[in-house]
Amino acid sequence: MIVALKVMPRREVLDTQGRAVAESLQRSGFALESCRVGKYIEVQVEESDPDKALEKLREMAEYVLYNPLIETFEMEVVQGSGQ
Amino acid sequence: MSARVGVVRFLGTNCDRDLWQAAEGAGLKPEWLWYEDNFEPMDYAALLIPGGFSYGDYLRCGALAARTPVMKSVRKAAQQGVPILGICNGFQVLCEAELLPGALLPNQSGRFVDAWVELKLENSKDSWASGRPGSSVYLPVAHGDGRYHINEEGLKAIEDRGQIWWRYSKNPNGSVADIAGVSDPSGKVVGLMPHPERAVAEWMGGQDGLQFFKEIS
Repeated sequence: MIVALKVMPRREVLDTQGRAVAESLQRSGFALESCRVGKYIEVQVEESDPDKALEKLREMAEYVLYNPLIETFEMEVVQGSGQ
Repeated sequence: MSARVGVVRFLGTNCDRDLWQAAEGAGLKPEWLWYEDNFEPMDYAALLIPGGFSYGDYLRCGALAARTPVMKSVRKAAQQGVPILGICNGFQVLCEAELLPGALLPNQSGRFVDAWVELKLENSKDSWASGRPGSSVYLPVAHGDGRYHINEEGLKAIEDRGQIWWRYSKNPNGSVADIAGVSDPSGKVVGLMPHPERAVAEWMGGQDGLQFFKEIS
């Protein structure tokens, strides 16, 4: 099963990457208020139960994949084992 | 007999030779510690974690290095009161290992900064570069991710406990409260973004960095 983690910079933390991307888009004529850039991490685990797969991912997130001081995360199932 | 100090190296560390020479120049006896090593903390008078780009700064600067086997021994050393200095990427590694408070983010300017900066001592630490609070040193910085971040509550806590070590006179990277270096509550584990090992001789542009290594005995 493939599960994924979406990691975003906390709202109160200045996201320099997002700011640079926003400025580039604005200078290219796109209308936008702001932009934030995060990370998307896919992990394949040997697990057929989605809850258990997500629990494994949560452990990895808390171990290293995100830093709670500066980031938040969300998880999702990308592909079940039966697919 | 000169004091043994451990210099910890990860894949992608690149200030290791500079740090080794600065330590030797200060009369210390440096030894390499590899990221896969386990070691006996009490064998060392201090540990030095150099700058560089461990693991190519992948995921977050210092994040992967902070979870290598050698860091188990570094953690034990911190618990046993062995002084530990992390410089630049070493500072990022110590924050990621939660041996120091806060985190280091990309510079506010979005650019790598390479310059000489003045630092003011906020709280002196017995194991490191003692001196009077308010005294200043002139050291080089060279980093892309040097913006020290800690939330308001955390900032108040480290201010109250005297954990702010050095502040920039002129902030080069957008760090909260101009913070250039912090310590743990014991004052033995410290981290600094500027590079004292690059300022140990006049031909380098100054030798204010010497005092950071002379204090170890």
